[in-house]
Amino acid sequence: MSRPPGPRWAEALLPPLVALAIALVVGDLLILTFGQSPRIVWGVLLEGTWGNAYGMGQVLYKATTLTCTGLAVAVALRAGLFNIAAESQLAAGGFGAAMAGLALPAGAPAILAVPFCLGAAMTAGAIVGAVPGGLKAKAGANEVIVTICLNFLVLALLNWAVAEHLHVPDSLHTATIRAGGLPRLADVHAAFRGSAGNATVLVAVAAIVATWWGLFRTPGGYALRAVGLSPAAAEYGGVSLGRTWFRALVWSGALAGLGGVNYVLGYKRYYEEGFGFGAGFLGIAVALVGRNHPVGVGIAALLFATLSQGGLAVNALVPKQMMDVLQAVVILAVVASVPEVRRLVAQAVPRRP
Amino acid sequence: MAGIAKRYGAVAANVEASLEVGRGEIHAICGENGAGKSTLMKILSGGARPDAGTVVVNGRDVTGWGTAEAIAAGVGMVHQHFQLVPTLTVAENLVLGREPTARGRLVLAPALAEIAALCERTGLVIDPVRRVGDLTVGEAQRVEILKALFRGARTLILDEPTAVLSPPEVTDLWRVLRRLRDDGGTIVLITHKLDEVLAAASRVTVMRAGRTVGRLATAGATPADIARAMVGRDVALAARDAGADALATAPPRLVVRDLAVADAAGRRVVDGVSLTVRPGEIVGIAGVEGNGQTELVEAIAGLARVRGGQVTFDGADVTAWPVARRTAAGLAHIPEDRHARGLVLDWSVADNLVLGQQHRFTRAGRLDVRGIAAHAAAQVAAFDIRPGDTSLPARALSGGNQQKVVVARELGGGRDVRVLLAAQPTRGVDVGAIEAIHARLRAARDAGAAVLLVSADLGELLALSTRVLVMYAGRLVHEVEGRVATPEGLGPHMTGAAA
Amino acid sequence: MSDLLFQWLRIAAPYLCAAAGGVLSERAGIIALTLEGYLLAGAFGAALGALATDGPWLGVAAGIGAATAVAALHAAATLRFRADQVVTGVALNLLVDGATTFVLRRVYDSSANSPRVEGFGSGGDLGSPVGWLALLALPALWWLLARTRFGLRVRAVGEAPEAATTAGISVARVRWLAVLGSGALAGLGGAFLALDQHKFSTGMTAGRGFIALAAVIFGRWDPLRTAGACLLFAAAETLQIRLQGTAAIPSQFTEMIPYALTIVALATLAGRAAAPAALGKAES
Repeated sequence: MSRPPGPRWAEALLPPLVALAIALVVGDLLILTFGQSPRIVWGVLLEGTWGNAYGMGQVLYKATTLTCTGLAVAVALRAGLFNIAAESQLAAGGFGAAMAGLALPAGAPAILAVPFCLGAAMTAGAIVGAVPGGLKAKAGANEVIVTICLNFLVLALLNWAVAEHLHVPDSLHTATIRAGGLPRLADVHAAFRGSAGNATVLVAVAAIVATWWGLFRTPGGYALRAVGLSPAAAEYGGVSLGRTWFRALVWSGALAGLGGVNYVLGYKRYYEEGFGFGAGFLGIAVALVGRNHPVGVGIAALLFATLSQGGLAVNALVPKQMMDVLQAVVILAVVASVPEVRRLVAQAVPRRP
Repeated sequence: MAGIAKRYGAVAANVEASLEVGRGEIHAICGENGAGKSTLMKILSGGARPDAGTVVVNGRDVTGWGTAEAIAAGVGMVHQHFQLVPTLTVAENLVLGREPTARGRLVLAPALAEIAALCERTGLVIDPVRRVGDLTVGEAQRVEILKALFRGARTLILDEPTAVLSPPEVTDLWRVLRRLRDDGGTIVLITHKLDEVLAAASRVTVMRAGRTVGRLATAGATPADIARAMVGRDVALAARDAGADALATAPPRLVVRDLAVADAAGRRVVDGVSLTVRPGEIVGIAGVEGNGQTELVEAIAGLARVRGGQVTFDGADVTAWPVARRTAAGLAHIPEDRHARGLVLDWSVADNLVLGQQHRFTRAGRLDVRGIAAHAAAQVAAFDIRPGDTSLPARALSGGNQQKVVVARELGGGRDVRVLLAAQPTRGVDVGAIEAIHARLRAARDAGAAVLLVSADLGELLALSTRVLVMYAGRLVHEVEGRVATPEGLGPHMTGAAA
Repeated sequence: MSDLLFQWLRIAAPYLCAAAGGVLSERAGIIALTLEGYLLAGAFGAALGALATDGPWLGVAAGIGAATAVAALHAAATLRFRADQVVTGVALNLLVDGATTFVLRRVYDSSANSPRVEGFGSGGDLGSPVGWLALLALPALWWLLARTRFGLRVRAVGEAPEAATTAGISVARVRWLAVLGSGALAGLGGAFLALDQHKFSTGMTAGRGFIALAAVIFGRWDPLRTAGACLLFAAAETLQIRLQGTAAIPSQFTEMIPYALTIVALATLAGRAAAPAALGKAES
């Protein structure tokens, strides 16, 4: 098979690159309003993220969660659906992992305990995904609104469970899990000491590979992509729309749930209210900038994690919220330039009717 | 109005087309699908600009005008797909865009009186406070006509106005149109139903392949005269090849019994159709489009919900089977709309070549990527699909090559095809591809498939079919041996005139 | 008793304004996910405006202006650039959240709270005169949609944009105005919130925009029914506050009420049939 021709690459890569350029300019302006030098601030940002082991560990930690929620959104989008509930699926996954880790006896062998906890996290996320999936398949309910509502419902439910029943006195978190914890990067190399980076990053890499495999190498993924691009053609090809929607949202929920492992099994070893704040919504941005491709999602997750950690690094010079603004600018620039770029590419390459 | 002639677009929708309609006349434009009728009317009503030629209305050169100017000059279009807002009332729809207001406030009272007067004058009776979404199709059409008249139209263009109407509603429509004519209005009626031409119009302009090929008075004309002009002597019928009769005694492979399919509005668009197709036989379905052929094919393919009746393949009742199971049982389907149904346009040719057969290319739960690539390479060579790069998106191919991808998927690669549904298999396809596709259909037939062919191209039907059935208003109204069928013989049945 | 009534109305006021914006935007065919951002921008603009000018009404105007500016971004992205409405909505919410905090730090060197905003002082039973405007927002919108030329056109472009185009209406123009109006209405709600709480604090809208959106859907895109939904959701919240500590029902469950009702409404046929037909679809 030969390589796809140039314009398809342009269509995929141009929007994120344009977006980054715009974000840099906006960032410069914001930095200047604080009377700082853009060159110095960007320098500090890079130094504080990729310039030392601690920063790198933090970036990897944040990128791990974002990879999972980004993959979740990407899988749903490949089926033509918006999953805005990655936020609560992430929390549910963390909760599931913590419950599993608490249920196990102390000293349970990791080879059994870790897969058990991972499975619990994915199952919890998948259950949250099954709700919009089932309502879409059976009643045609708009998944955007259902997933938005579901975020509030699930988070309130989890908060109630922790606040009323499971919390350690005077805290918002559960007891520490007895088994299923994952090693921290600092356990491997002392330079990472203090950073939250942990072995879940390997789980995220595995999730990228598995998602790529599932989407592009299995008949189920083939059917899912057909439904996303052309429901009428998929139906003609013998694919059930309702069943595919359901499966896509369950799969999506499981991926987001997996992200909860990062905090619960890898970092703190307990579930805490609000641990994933915003990572689910940012997953939409990650999927968008990664153009819904698993590898692209991984790269975009690193980018957004760098911005987020970089915000902390430069906080003394400019407010870290500058990075929130830049993240939003990147999303807006990508989403607004995709149709435009598609039009330009279409004009550049005359298509036969 | 006098003297319109124009060319339109790179795709020659109109070539040297012309139209002359006198004031106070009901004038029909007829021709087959794709003859250029709608394009010509779009130009007249301001919805499109001509590349060449002139449009003169009431002695004024108005070439290239827009919708607003056309409305202002009293030329109104009644669209086939109603341009109405279903959630608004009749009156709100009528005033939309030129609402009577007092300081931004809607003042509907005078408009209501005006509407009542208009209803009275034209005989188009409708309650202006009803919601358009609650109206029947016939009533909605009255609103569409009223909307044009309310905007001051003196020349009304109606695009296939009867396609959605029941017979009594049609009679009613003619009455209204005559009344409008008697009132001094001019009516242009686009249709391909010959009985309508004779029933309603005083003169008819016949179009074929974008050209105006004739203008005759309906007084004294017969349906056969018009049908001859529509189909044309120059449609060279491909050599007839009805196939061997050897299998004529074999048990039928595809049996459809009393099949009924309803549309979203609950009308029976397929109304009690029964047919059989034997192995080694091509059964052609002739008919003006929109008489239920699409729904019939989709129902046999498992894509439309069946209201009643039964479909069997080789004696097995498949009526309740999902698409995938029918495909596994040997169903091949060349769908009518290759862009919406037949292809995932953003996908590569290789991926499109396994759509619906993805499970055949699965080994131990994974897609056999090499197998798919090899399959694609083989099909591209066997079906002469160009360009031969199987990683190109289907979108980048020409219409003919896109259709070859569909045909290759359905008929190529050693599939055991038992039932083949071919709907408009050569629409929008170049001559070379047409021949190749016809050869493939014949090969499938000779290999023992039962082929059901639906086509708006009579030449194609007559060239390929063992038997020809005519579908009209959801029913099969005529059957004839392929070798003795003629366009002249089929025409009256297709237009309901022989019923 | 009247104490309870006014507490209820004060809770309802931001919902009523934002939901009015939601109805206007969605009836024109543009998804109103950005209500949260409009509210927050409105609150921020009102607090800063009132502090800078010492005039509460100028604050209200500034709040409306800030929210309308965000709405203009939304309209430009979705109408001019045909960007996806859902993604744009999510991004703008994120943008407003980040930008308000950023500016707060620039202006007041705090990333949590603005200085105290006197606003309308005690402001009477409803907290501020803006509250009365809030109560009128949805009835006024009902009148606008049902009785004016603009309202008729909004209903037409949200339902059948092609039919509106053939009738000579500029769909983009009507949608631009509807989105800007939606920002202004929600901005008013945000201004009420900031003046009622006498400050701006980061993320102070706390999901109120989404509750308003839920009310729009639960009210089936009808202004008066949406008003009912807002009052219902506010009543649940009022009761929860009143019963705090005494009731057997945990607060988390009363928080769920709007969202649970909305999902139920969507899952039943009624919720689907009522949505504007062209909602969320880019104009071709």
